[in-house]
Amino acid sequence: MENQTIISAQGVNFWYGDYHALRDISLDMEAHTVTAFIGPSGCGKSTFLRLLNRMNDLVDGARLEGRILIEGEDIYARGVMVDELRKRVGMVFQKPNPFPKTIFENIAYGLRVNGVRDKAFIESRVEESLKGAALWGEVKDKLKKPAFELSGGQQQRLCIARALAVQPSILLMDEPASALDPISTSKIEELIYELKTEYTIVIVTHNMQQAARVSDRTAFFYLGELIEYDETKKIFLNPEKAQTQNYITGRFG
Amino acid sequence: MSTLINTKYDRRKRRTQGIAFWVFRLMSLAVVAILVWILGFLVVKGIGVVNWEFLTSMPEDGMTKGGILPAIVGTLCLVAGSMVFAFPIGVMSGIYINEYAPNNWLVKFIRVMTNNLSSIPSIVFGLFGMALFVNTLGFGDSILAGSLTLGLLVLPVVIRTTEEALKAIDNSYRNASLALGATKLQTIRKVVLPMAFPNIITGLILSVGRVSGETAPILFTVAAYFLPKLPTSIFDQVMALPYHLYVLATSGTDIQASRPMAYGTALVLILIVLLINLLANGLRAWFGKKVKTN
Ligand SMILES: Nc1ncnc2c1ncn2[C@@H]1O[C@H](COP(=O)(O)OP(=O)(O)O)[C@@H](O)[C@H]1O
Ligand SMILES: [Mg+2]
Repeated sequence: MENQTIISAQGVNFWYGDYHALRDISLDMEAHTVTAFIGPSGCGKSTFLRLLNRMNDLVDGARLEGRILIEGEDIYARGVMVDELRKRVGMVFQKPNPFPKTIFENIAYGLRVNGVRDKAFIESRVEESLKGAALWGEVKDKLKKPAFELSGGQQQRLCIARALAVQPSILLMDEPASALDPISTSKIEELIYELKTEYTIVIVTHNMQQAARVSDRTAFFYLGELIEYDETKKIFLNPEKAQTQNYITGRFG
Repeated sequence: MSTLINTKYDRRKRRTQGIAFWVFRLMSLAVVAILVWILGFLVVKGIGVVNWEFLTSMPEDGMTKGGILPAIVGTLCLVAGSMVFAFPIGVMSGIYINEYAPNNWLVKFIRVMTNNLSSIPSIVFGLFGMALFVNTLGFGDSILAGSLTLGLLVLPVVIRTTEEALKAIDNSYRNASLALGATKLQTIRKVVLPMAFPNIITGLILSVGRVSGETAPILFTVAAYFLPKLPTSIFDQVMALPYHLYVLATSGTDIQASRPMAYGTALVLILIVLLINLLANGLRAWFGKKVKTN
Protein backbone atom coordinates (compact mmCIF):
# COMPACT_ATOMS: atom_id res chain seq x y z
CA MET A 1 0.00 0.00 0.00
CA GLU A 2 1.24 3.43 -0.94
CA ASN A 3 1.71 5.53 2.17
CA GLN A 4 0.93 9.18 2.06
CA THR A 5 2.04 11.95 4.35
CA ILE A 6 -0.98 13.81 5.71
CA ILE A 7 0.62 15.83 8.52
CA SER A 8 4.04 17.34 8.15
CA ALA A 9 5.74 19.51 10.76
CA GLN A 10 8.88 21.26 9.58
CA GLY A 11 11.25 22.96 11.97
CA VAL A 12 8.54 23.89 14.45
CA ASN A 13 9.49 26.13 17.36
CA PHE A 14 6.84 27.39 19.72
CA TRP A 15 6.79 29.87 22.57
CA TYR A 16 4.29 30.74 25.30
CA GLY A 17 5.47 34.30 25.87
CA ASP A 18 9.14 33.85 26.72
CA TYR A 19 8.83 30.17 27.44
CA HIS A 20 10.26 28.07 24.64
CA ALA A 21 7.87 25.13 24.75
CA LEU A 22 8.77 23.28 21.54
CA ARG A 23 12.24 23.14 19.98
CA ASP A 24 12.81 22.46 16.33
CA ILE A 25 10.28 19.68 15.84
CA SER A 26 10.07 17.99 12.47
CA LEU A 27 7.99 14.92 11.82
CA ASP A 28 5.70 13.46 9.18
CA MET A 29 2.62 11.38 9.85
CA GLU A 30 0.97 9.07 7.36
CA ALA A 31 -2.69 8.83 6.51
CA HIS A 32 -4.67 6.06 8.23
CA THR A 33 -2.13 5.46 10.92
CA VAL A 34 -2.19 5.99 14.65
CA THR A 35 0.65 8.07 16.01
CA ALA A 36 1.22 8.20 19.75
CA PHE A 37 2.98 11.06 21.55
CA ILE A 38 4.63 9.99 24.77
CA GLY A 39 6.88 11.74 27.25
CA PRO A 40 6.86 13.09 30.78
CA SER A 41 4.36 15.76 31.87
CA GLY A 42 5.10 19.22 30.59
CA CYS A 43 7.31 18.09 27.71
CA GLY A 44 5.02 19.69 25.14
CA LYS A 45 2.89 16.82 23.82
CA SER A 46 -0.41 18.68 24.21
CA THR A 47 1.12 21.87 22.94
CA PHE A 48 2.23 20.17 19.76
CA LEU A 49 -1.14 18.46 19.36
CA ARG A 50 -2.97 21.76 19.71
CA LEU A 51 -0.79 23.29 17.02
CA LEU A 52 -2.29 20.84 14.54
CA ASN A 53 -5.80 22.33 14.77
CA ARG A 54 -4.63 25.80 15.80
CA MET A 55 -6.17 25.65 19.25
CA ASN A 56 -3.09 27.47 20.53
CA ASP A 57 -4.28 30.52 18.62
CA LEU A 58 -6.44 31.18 21.67
CA VAL A 59 -3.42 31.62 23.94
CA ASP A 60 -2.25 35.20 24.39
CA GLY A 61 1.38 35.78 23.55
CA ALA A 62 1.92 32.47 21.78
CA ARG A 63 4.35 32.42 18.86
CA LEU A 64 5.18 29.85 16.23
CA GLU A 65 8.11 29.41 13.87
CA GLY A 66 8.37 26.76 11.20
CA ARG A 67 5.69 25.20 9.04
CA ILE A 68 2.92 22.70 9.59
CA LEU A 69 1.36 21.18 6.50
CA ILE A 70 -1.89 19.26 6.55
CA GLU A 71 -2.86 17.52 3.35
CA GLY A 72 -0.14 19.57 1.73
CA GLU A 73 -1.44 22.96 2.88
CA ASP A 74 0.40 25.26 5.25
CA ILE A 75 -2.20 25.69 7.99
CA TYR A 76 -0.51 28.80 9.37
CA ALA A 77 -0.37 30.56 6.02
CA ARG A 78 -2.17 33.86 5.65
CA GLY A 79 -5.86 33.60 4.92
CA VAL A 80 -6.32 30.06 6.23
CA MET A 81 -9.90 29.62 7.42
CA VAL A 82 -9.33 28.30 10.90
CA ASP A 83 -12.87 27.00 11.36
CA GLU A 84 -12.59 25.04 8.09
CA LEU A 85 -9.29 23.62 9.28
CA ARG A 86 -10.89 22.50 12.53
CA LYS A 87 -13.61 20.68 10.63
CA ARG A 88 -10.87 18.70 8.91
CA VAL A 89 -8.90 18.15 12.09
CA GLY A 90 -11.18 17.04 14.92
CA MET A 91 -10.21 16.94 18.56
CA VAL A 92 -11.13 14.88 21.60
CA PHE A 93 -10.12 16.30 24.95
CA GLN A 94 -8.73 14.78 28.10
CA LYS A 95 -11.85 15.26 30.19
CA PRO A 96 -15.12 14.31 28.51
CA ASN A 97 -16.81 17.62 27.76
CA PRO A 98 -20.23 17.05 26.22
CA PHE A 99 -22.39 20.16 25.95
CA PRO A 100 -25.28 20.49 28.39
CA LYS A 101 -27.63 19.46 25.61
CA THR A 102 -29.27 16.21 24.63
CA ILE A 103 -27.26 13.34 23.23
CA PHE A 104 -28.72 14.05 19.82
CA GLU A 105 -27.98 17.76 19.90
CA ASN A 106 -24.40 17.12 21.01
CA ILE A 107 -23.74 15.19 17.83
CA ALA A 108 -25.81 17.51 15.65
CA TYR A 109 -24.00 20.59 16.96
CA GLY A 110 -21.09 20.41 14.53
CA LEU A 111 -23.49 20.08 11.61
CA ARG A 112 -25.74 22.88 12.75
CA VAL A 113 -22.91 25.36 13.16
CA ASN A 114 -21.92 24.44 9.63
CA GLY A 115 -25.30 25.50 8.39
CA VAL A 116 -26.78 22.04 7.81
CA ARG A 117 -30.57 22.26 8.10
CA ASP A 118 -31.79 19.07 6.46
CA LYS A 119 -33.39 17.10 9.29
CA ALA A 120 -33.18 13.71 7.68
CA PHE A 121 -29.54 14.25 6.85
CA ILE A 122 -28.75 15.31 10.40
CA GLU A 123 -30.55 12.28 11.80
CA SER A 124 -28.70 9.87 9.58
CA ARG A 125 -25.37 11.51 10.34
CA VAL A 126 -26.06 11.36 14.08
CA GLU A 127 -26.77 7.65 13.82
CA GLU A 128 -23.71 7.05 11.67
CA SER A 129 -21.45 8.96 14.06
CA LEU A 130 -22.77 7.19 17.12
CA LYS A 131 -22.24 3.85 15.38
CA GLY A 132 -18.76 4.98 14.42
CA ALA A 133 -18.03 5.66 18.07
CA ALA A 134 -19.51 2.32 19.17
CA LEU A 135 -22.17 4.07 21.22
CA TRP A 136 -25.30 3.65 19.12
CA GLY A 137 -26.51 0.47 20.78
CA GLU A 138 -26.30 2.02 24.22
CA VAL A 139 -28.03 5.31 23.46
CA LYS A 140 -30.35 4.77 20.52
CA ASP A 141 -33.41 4.80 22.78
CA LYS A 142 -32.46 7.90 24.71
CA LEU A 143 -31.22 10.36 22.13
CA LYS A 144 -33.41 13.03 23.68
CA LYS A 145 -31.91 12.55 27.13
CA PRO A 146 -29.31 14.96 28.52
CA ALA A 147 -25.77 13.89 27.67
CA PHE A 148 -24.79 14.42 31.31
CA GLU A 149 -26.75 11.32 32.25
CA LEU A 150 -24.23 9.09 30.48
CA SER A 151 -21.29 7.50 32.28
CA GLY A 152 -17.83 9.03 31.90
CA GLY A 153 -16.76 6.44 29.35
CA GLN A 154 -19.95 6.89 27.35
CA GLN A 155 -19.52 10.66 27.49
CA GLN A 156 -16.05 10.32 26.03
CA ARG A 157 -17.33 8.14 23.21
CA LEU A 158 -20.06 10.72 22.70
CA CYS A 159 -17.34 13.34 22.31
CA ILE A 160 -15.64 11.11 19.75
CA ALA A 161 -18.95 10.73 17.90
CA ARG A 162 -19.43 14.47 18.06
CA ALA A 163 -16.05 14.95 16.42
CA LEU A 164 -16.79 12.30 13.77
CA ALA A 165 -20.06 13.96 12.80
CA VAL A 166 -18.31 16.74 10.89
CA GLN A 167 -16.29 14.10 8.99
CA PRO A 168 -12.75 15.15 9.75
CA SER A 169 -9.86 13.36 8.11
CA ILE A 170 -7.69 13.66 11.20
CA LEU A 171 -8.62 13.03 14.81
CA LEU A 172 -6.49 14.46 17.61
CA MET A 173 -6.89 12.91 21.04
CA ASP A 174 -5.29 14.34 24.14
CA GLU A 175 -5.11 11.58 26.75
CA PRO A 176 -8.68 10.57 25.90
CA ALA A 177 -8.80 7.75 28.42
CA SER A 178 -6.91 9.21 31.34
CA ALA A 179 -10.09 10.10 33.21
CA LEU A 180 -11.73 6.73 32.58
CA ASP A 181 -11.91 3.33 34.26
CA PRO A 182 -10.08 0.34 32.71
CA ILE A 183 -13.13 -1.06 30.92
CA SER A 184 -14.02 2.27 29.33
CA THR A 185 -10.38 2.69 28.46
CA SER A 186 -10.20 -0.59 26.60
CA LYS A 187 -13.37 0.33 24.71
CA ILE A 188 -11.75 3.56 23.60
CA GLU A 189 -8.64 1.67 22.56
CA GLU A 190 -10.66 -0.78 20.48
CA LEU A 191 -12.44 2.13 18.94
CA ILE A 192 -9.18 3.80 17.97
CA TYR A 193 -8.12 0.61 16.28
CA GLU A 194 -11.31 0.57 14.22
CA LEU A 195 -11.29 4.26 13.43
CA LYS A 196 -7.90 4.23 11.80
CA THR A 197 -9.28 2.63 8.67
CA GLU A 198 -11.06 5.89 7.99
CA TYR A 199 -9.18 8.50 9.96
CA THR A 200 -5.66 9.48 10.78
CA ILE A 201 -5.27 9.51 14.53
CA VAL A 202 -2.82 11.31 16.73
CA ILE A 203 -3.05 10.41 20.38
CA VAL A 204 -1.23 11.82 23.38
CA THR A 205 -0.90 9.35 26.18
CA HIS A 206 0.73 8.97 29.54
CA ASN A 207 0.23 5.30 29.43
CA MET A 208 3.01 3.46 27.66
CA GLN A 209 1.15 0.18 27.35
CA GLN A 210 -1.59 2.12 25.67
CA ALA A 211 0.81 3.67 23.20
CA ALA A 212 2.24 0.23 22.50
CA ARG A 213 -1.23 -1.28 22.02
CA VAL A 214 -2.87 1.29 19.79
CA SER A 215 -0.23 3.06 17.77
CA ASP A 216 1.70 2.37 14.59
CA ARG A 217 4.32 4.99 15.27
CA THR A 218 5.42 6.65 18.45
CA ALA A 219 7.06 10.00 19.07
CA PHE A 220 8.94 10.51 22.30
CA PHE A 221 9.09 14.12 23.53
CA TYR A 222 11.34 15.39 26.26
CA LEU A 223 11.68 18.99 27.49
CA GLY A 224 10.16 20.38 24.32
CA GLU A 225 12.29 18.33 21.99
CA LEU A 226 11.37 15.40 19.81
CA ILE A 227 13.90 12.84 20.97
CA GLU A 228 12.88 9.90 18.85
CA TYR A 229 10.16 9.09 16.36
CA ASP A 230 9.82 5.67 14.83
CA GLU A 231 7.67 2.59 14.46
CA THR A 232 6.10 1.81 17.79
CA LYS A 233 7.66 -1.65 17.85
CA LYS A 234 11.08 -0.21 17.34
CA ILE A 235 10.61 2.47 20.00
CA PHE A 236 9.54 -0.07 22.59
CA LEU A 237 11.83 -2.94 21.72
CA ASN A 238 14.90 -1.31 20.39
CA PRO A 239 15.08 2.47 20.75
CA GLU A 240 18.02 4.34 19.32
CA LYS A 241 18.41 6.87 22.12
CA ALA A 242 19.28 6.20 25.72
CA GLN A 243 16.72 8.77 26.90
CA THR A 244 13.92 6.88 25.16
CA GLN A 245 15.13 3.63 26.64
CA ASN A 246 15.19 5.19 30.11
CA TYR A 247 11.70 6.61 29.77
CA ILE A 248 9.98 3.49 28.50
CA THR A 249 11.62 1.34 31.11
CA GLY A 250 10.41 3.74 33.76
CA ARG A 251 13.78 4.98 34.87
CA PHE A 252 12.50 8.57 34.89
CA GLY A 253 9.48 10.69 34.12
CA MET B 1 -0.37 5.24 77.89
CA SER B 2 -2.10 6.69 74.91
CA THR B 3 -0.77 9.94 73.54
CA LEU B 4 -3.93 10.57 71.59
CA ILE B 5 -6.43 10.80 74.41
CA ASN B 6 -6.69 13.91 76.55
CA THR B 7 -10.26 14.41 77.69
CA LYS B 8 -9.64 17.88 79.02
CA TYR B 9 -8.24 19.09 75.75
CA ASP B 10 -11.07 17.48 73.93
CA ARG B 11 -13.70 19.19 76.07
CA ARG B 12 -12.10 22.57 75.65
CA LYS B 13 -11.91 22.15 71.92
CA ARG B 14 -15.48 21.04 71.70
CA ARG B 15 -16.66 23.99 73.72
CA THR B 16 -14.96 26.48 71.40
CA GLN B 17 -16.48 24.69 68.43
CA GLY B 18 -19.88 24.86 70.05
CA ILE B 19 -19.59 28.56 70.81
CA ALA B 20 -18.47 29.35 67.27
CA PHE B 21 -21.35 27.37 65.88
CA TRP B 22 -23.88 29.24 67.99
CA VAL B 23 -22.44 32.66 67.27
CA PHE B 24 -22.69 32.04 63.55
CA ARG B 25 -26.14 30.56 63.85
CA LEU B 26 -27.44 33.45 65.99
CA MET B 27 -26.06 36.00 63.57
CA SER B 28 -27.81 34.46 60.63
CA LEU B 29 -31.00 34.05 62.61
CA ALA B 30 -30.79 37.72 63.57
CA VAL B 31 -30.72 38.64 59.90
CA VAL B 32 -33.81 36.55 59.23
CA ALA B 33 -35.51 38.04 62.29
CA ILE B 34 -34.91 41.58 61.12
CA LEU B 35 -36.31 40.75 57.72
CA VAL B 36 -39.39 39.12 59.18
CA TRP B 37 -39.81 42.07 61.51
CA ILE B 38 -39.74 44.60 58.67
CA LEU B 39 -42.17 42.58 56.61
CA GLY B 40 -44.46 41.96 59.57
CA PHE B 41 -44.40 45.61 60.52
CA LEU B 42 -45.40 46.63 57.01
CA VAL B 43 -48.09 44.00 56.75
CA VAL B 44 -49.61 44.93 60.11
CA LYS B 45 -49.54 48.64 59.41
CA GLY B 46 -50.39 48.52 55.75
CA ILE B 47 -52.75 45.62 55.17
CA GLY B 48 -55.69 47.68 56.43
CA VAL B 49 -55.69 49.99 53.42
CA VAL B 50 -54.57 47.55 50.74
CA ASN B 51 -57.58 46.35 48.84
CA TRP B 52 -58.71 46.21 45.25
CA GLU B 53 -59.78 49.84 45.24
CA PHE B 54 -56.43 50.95 46.69
CA LEU B 55 -54.63 49.19 43.85
CA THR B 56 -56.87 50.39 41.05
CA SER B 57 -57.91 53.94 41.73
CA MET B 58 -56.43 57.42 41.67
CA PRO B 59 -55.35 59.24 44.81
CA GLU B 60 -57.96 61.66 46.14
CA ASP B 61 -58.42 64.33 48.78
CA GLY B 62 -54.84 65.50 48.95
CA MET B 63 -53.65 61.87 48.78
CA THR B 64 -55.36 60.94 52.04
CA LYS B 65 -57.92 58.81 50.27
CA GLY B 66 -58.26 56.78 47.08
CA GLY B 67 -55.53 54.59 45.70
CA ILE B 68 -52.09 54.46 44.21
CA LEU B 69 -52.71 53.14 40.71
CA PRO B 70 -50.67 55.82 38.90
CA ALA B 71 -47.69 55.17 41.16
CA ILE B 72 -47.87 51.42 40.54
CA VAL B 73 -48.12 51.92 36.81
CA GLY B 74 -45.35 54.49 36.92
CA THR B 75 -42.98 52.19 38.78
CA LEU B 76 -43.74 49.30 36.42
CA CYS B 77 -43.04 51.59 33.46
CA LEU B 78 -39.73 52.67 34.97
CA VAL B 79 -38.69 49.09 35.74
CA ALA B 80 -39.52 47.98 32.20
CA GLY B 81 -37.97 51.05 30.60
CA SER B 82 -34.72 50.87 32.51
CA MET B 83 -34.38 47.13 31.79
CA VAL B 84 -35.01 47.60 28.08
CA PHE B 85 -32.08 49.97 28.16
CA ALA B 86 -29.71 48.40 30.69
CA PHE B 87 -30.17 44.70 29.97
CA PRO B 88 -29.00 44.49 26.34
CA ILE B 89 -26.23 47.02 26.79
CA GLY B 90 -25.06 45.48 30.04
CA VAL B 91 -25.12 41.92 28.74
CA MET B 92 -23.31 42.90 25.56
CA SER B 93 -20.62 44.78 27.49
CA GLY B 94 -20.22 41.82 29.81
CA ILE B 95 -19.81 39.53 26.82
CA TYR B 96 -17.28 41.86 25.27
CA ILE B 97 -15.25 42.16 28.45
CA ASN B 98 -15.21 38.46 29.22
CA GLU B 99 -15.17 36.82 25.80
CA TYR B 100 -13.58 39.20 23.35
CA ALA B 101 -11.44 41.82 24.97
CA PRO B 102 -7.76 41.01 25.26
CA ASN B 103 -6.55 41.32 28.81
CA ASN B 104 -4.99 44.74 28.39
CA TRP B 105 -5.11 48.19 29.96
CA LEU B 106 -8.29 49.15 28.12
CA VAL B 107 -10.25 46.30 29.63
CA LYS B 108 -8.81 46.89 33.07
CA PHE B 109 -9.81 50.51 32.67
CA ILE B 110 -13.36 49.54 31.65
CA ARG B 111 -13.59 47.26 34.65
CA VAL B 112 -12.37 49.92 37.07
CA MET B 113 -14.76 52.43 35.59
CA THR B 114 -17.78 50.14 35.86
CA ASN B 115 -16.88 49.51 39.48
CA ASN B 116 -16.61 53.24 40.06
CA LEU B 117 -19.90 53.76 38.34
CA SER B 118 -21.59 51.52 40.86
CA SER B 119 -20.23 53.46 43.80
CA ILE B 120 -21.53 56.84 42.67
CA PRO B 121 -24.38 57.99 44.96
CA SER B 122 -27.72 57.67 43.24
CA ILE B 123 -28.61 61.33 43.74
CA VAL B 124 -25.65 62.16 41.50
CA PHE B 125 -27.16 59.97 38.81
CA GLY B 126 -30.34 61.98 39.28
CA LEU B 127 -28.51 65.23 38.69
CA PHE B 128 -26.65 63.83 35.71
CA GLY B 129 -29.86 62.45 34.25
CA MET B 130 -31.51 65.82 34.65
CA ALA B 131 -28.64 67.61 32.96
CA LEU B 132 -28.27 65.16 30.09
CA PHE B 133 -31.63 63.55 29.39
CA VAL B 134 -34.08 66.15 30.68
CA ASN B 135 -32.30 69.30 29.55
CA THR B 136 -29.58 68.71 26.97
CA LEU B 137 -31.40 66.00 25.03
CA GLY B 138 -34.71 67.73 25.72
CA PHE B 139 -36.69 64.69 26.87
CA GLY B 140 -38.16 66.77 29.69
CA ASP B 141 -39.38 65.15 32.91
CA SER B 142 -40.46 61.90 31.34
CA ILE B 143 -40.52 58.12 31.57
CA LEU B 144 -37.78 58.12 28.95
CA ALA B 145 -35.46 60.36 30.96
CA GLY B 146 -36.19 58.47 34.18
CA SER B 147 -35.69 55.06 32.60
CA LEU B 148 -32.39 56.08 31.06
CA THR B 149 -31.18 57.46 34.38
CA LEU B 150 -32.20 54.33 36.27
CA GLY B 151 -30.73 52.22 33.49
CA LEU B 152 -27.36 53.92 33.93
CA LEU B 153 -27.58 53.31 37.64
CA VAL B 154 -27.98 49.55 37.29
CA LEU B 155 -25.77 49.05 34.26
CA PRO B 156 -22.74 48.11 36.38
CA VAL B 157 -24.77 45.44 38.17
CA VAL B 158 -25.86 43.89 34.89
CA ILE B 159 -22.34 44.04 33.46
CA ARG B 160 -20.79 42.52 36.53
CA THR B 161 -23.25 39.66 36.89
CA THR B 162 -22.94 38.90 33.18
CA GLU B 163 -19.17 38.82 33.50
CA GLU B 164 -19.32 36.55 36.53
CA ALA B 165 -21.85 34.28 34.85
CA LEU B 166 -19.62 33.92 31.79
CA LYS B 167 -16.51 33.39 33.85
CA ALA B 168 -18.20 30.48 35.58
CA ILE B 169 -18.51 28.58 32.30
CA ASP B 170 -15.63 26.14 31.98
CA ASN B 171 -13.36 26.77 29.02
CA SER B 172 -13.64 23.14 28.00
CA TYR B 173 -17.08 23.91 26.53
CA ARG B 174 -15.74 26.79 24.47
CA ASN B 175 -12.86 24.63 23.27
CA ALA B 176 -15.16 21.77 22.36
CA SER B 177 -17.26 24.08 20.25
CA LEU B 178 -14.34 25.81 18.54
CA ALA B 179 -12.68 22.48 17.84
CA LEU B 180 -15.79 21.46 15.89
CA GLY B 181 -15.29 24.38 13.54
CA ALA B 182 -17.78 26.72 15.21
CA THR B 183 -16.91 30.40 15.07
CA LYS B 184 -16.45 32.40 18.22
CA LEU B 185 -19.82 34.06 17.80
CA GLN B 186 -21.55 30.70 17.29
CA THR B 187 -19.78 29.37 20.36
CA ILE B 188 -20.99 32.28 22.44
CA ARG B 189 -24.52 32.19 21.11
CA LYS B 190 -25.12 28.47 21.13
CA VAL B 191 -23.02 27.19 24.01
CA VAL B 192 -21.80 29.87 26.38
CA LEU B 193 -24.82 32.19 26.63
CA PRO B 194 -27.44 29.50 27.15
CA MET B 195 -25.33 28.05 29.95
CA ALA B 196 -24.75 31.45 31.53
CA PHE B 197 -28.28 32.72 31.12
CA PRO B 198 -29.76 31.52 34.41
CA ASN B 199 -27.06 33.42 36.26
CA ILE B 200 -27.41 36.47 34.06
CA ILE B 201 -31.04 36.57 35.09
CA THR B 202 -29.83 36.96 38.67
CA GLY B 203 -28.36 40.27 37.56
CA LEU B 204 -31.73 41.18 36.17
CA ILE B 205 -33.44 40.37 39.47
CA LEU B 206 -30.98 42.47 41.44
CA SER B 207 -31.42 45.38 39.06
CA VAL B 208 -35.20 45.23 39.16
CA GLY B 209 -35.15 45.36 42.95
CA ARG B 210 -32.82 48.31 42.85
CA VAL B 211 -34.72 50.22 40.17
CA SER B 212 -38.12 49.82 41.73
CA GLY B 213 -36.91 51.18 45.05
CA GLU B 214 -34.78 54.14 44.03
CA THR B 215 -36.06 57.64 44.68
CA ALA B 216 -33.14 59.96 44.11
CA PRO B 217 -32.54 59.22 40.40
CA ILE B 218 -36.19 59.80 39.48
CA LEU B 219 -36.64 62.89 41.59
CA PHE B 220 -35.49 65.32 38.91
CA THR B 221 -36.08 63.19 35.87
CA VAL B 222 -39.58 61.77 35.90
CA ALA B 223 -41.36 61.58 39.23
CA ALA B 224 -44.52 63.62 39.68
CA TYR B 225 -45.69 64.80 43.10
CA PHE B 226 -49.31 64.32 42.22
CA LEU B 227 -50.60 63.27 38.83
CA PRO B 228 -53.87 61.40 38.94
CA LYS B 229 -53.76 59.97 35.42
CA LEU B 230 -52.01 57.20 33.59
CA PRO B 231 -49.17 57.90 31.15
CA THR B 232 -49.93 57.69 27.46
CA SER B 233 -46.41 58.00 26.05
CA ILE B 234 -42.79 57.70 27.10
CA PHE B 235 -42.60 61.47 27.23
CA ASP B 236 -45.10 61.68 30.07
CA GLN B 237 -44.28 62.24 33.70
CA VAL B 238 -45.44 59.57 36.13
CA MET B 239 -45.83 59.04 39.82
CA ALA B 240 -43.68 56.25 41.28
CA LEU B 241 -44.08 54.18 44.41
CA PRO B 242 -40.90 55.12 46.30
CA TYR B 243 -41.37 58.83 45.65
CA HIS B 244 -45.05 58.64 46.44
CA LEU B 245 -44.13 57.00 49.71
CA TYR B 246 -41.72 59.79 50.46
CA VAL B 247 -44.36 62.40 49.68
CA LEU B 248 -46.98 60.69 51.81
CA ALA B 249 -44.61 60.39 54.74
CA THR B 250 -43.10 63.87 54.68
CA SER B 251 -44.92 66.42 52.60
CA GLY B 252 -48.51 65.51 52.00
CA THR B 253 -51.32 67.90 52.75
CA ASP B 254 -52.22 66.03 55.91
CA ILE B 255 -49.41 63.75 56.99
CA GLN B 256 -51.33 62.13 59.86
CA ALA B 257 -54.25 61.25 57.63
CA SER B 258 -52.04 59.85 54.87
CA ARG B 259 -49.87 57.73 57.19
CA PRO B 260 -51.89 54.51 56.58
CA MET B 261 -51.67 55.18 52.85
CA ALA B 262 -47.88 55.41 53.22
CA TYR B 263 -47.69 51.99 54.88
CA GLY B 264 -49.99 50.55 52.25
CA THR B 265 -47.77 51.97 49.53
CA ALA B 266 -44.65 50.50 51.13
CA LEU B 267 -46.34 47.11 51.36
CA VAL B 268 -47.36 47.20 47.72
CA LEU B 269 -43.86 48.21 46.67
CA ILE B 270 -42.32 45.29 48.53
CA LEU B 271 -44.90 42.89 47.18
CA ILE B 272 -44.22 44.01 43.63
CA VAL B 273 -40.50 43.48 44.09
CA LEU B 274 -41.11 40.06 45.60
CA LEU B 275 -43.43 39.15 42.77
CA ILE B 276 -40.92 40.18 40.14
CA ASN B 277 -38.21 38.21 41.94
CA LEU B 278 -40.41 35.12 42.04
CA LEU B 279 -41.14 35.50 38.36
CA ALA B 280 -37.47 35.89 37.54
CA ASN B 281 -36.59 32.88 39.66
CA GLY B 282 -39.16 30.84 37.79
CA LEU B 283 -37.69 32.04 34.52
CA ARG B 284 -34.24 31.12 35.75
CA ALA B 285 -35.26 27.61 36.66
CA TRP B 286 -37.08 27.19 33.38
CA PHE B 287 -34.06 28.28 31.37
CA GLY B 288 -31.75 26.11 33.41
CA LYS B 289 -33.85 23.09 32.57
CA LYS B 290 -34.36 24.02 28.97
CA VAL B 291 -30.64 24.30 28.37
CA LYS B 292 -29.97 20.78 29.59
CA THR B 293 -32.64 19.10 27.56
CA ASN B 294 -32.41 21.00 24.33
N1 LIG C 1 -1.45 28.19 27.88
C1 LIG C 1 -0.18 28.09 28.33
N2 LIG C 1 0.49 29.21 28.71
C2 LIG C 1 1.75 29.11 29.16
N3 LIG C 1 2.44 27.97 29.28
C3 LIG C 1 1.83 26.83 28.92
C4 LIG C 1 0.49 26.82 28.44
N4 LIG C 1 0.14 25.55 28.16
C5 LIG C 1 1.22 24.80 28.48
N5 LIG C 1 2.23 25.55 28.92
C6 LIG C 1 3.57 25.09 29.32
O1 LIG C 1 4.18 24.47 28.22
C7 LIG C 1 4.82 23.27 28.62
C8 LIG C 1 4.28 22.10 27.84
O2 LIG C 1 2.96 21.87 28.26
P1 LIG C 1 2.05 20.73 27.63
O3 LIG C 1 2.13 20.80 26.17
O4 LIG C 1 0.71 20.84 28.24
O5 LIG C 1 2.79 19.42 28.16
P2 LIG C 1 2.31 17.90 28.16
O6 LIG C 1 1.02 17.80 27.43
O7 LIG C 1 3.42 17.15 27.51
O8 LIG C 1 2.17 17.50 29.59
C9 LIG C 1 4.63 23.14 30.12
O9 LIG C 1 5.79 23.61 30.75
C10 LIG C 1 3.47 24.03 30.41
O10 LIG C 1 3.60 24.59 31.69
MG1 LIG D 1 -0.93 17.29 28.17
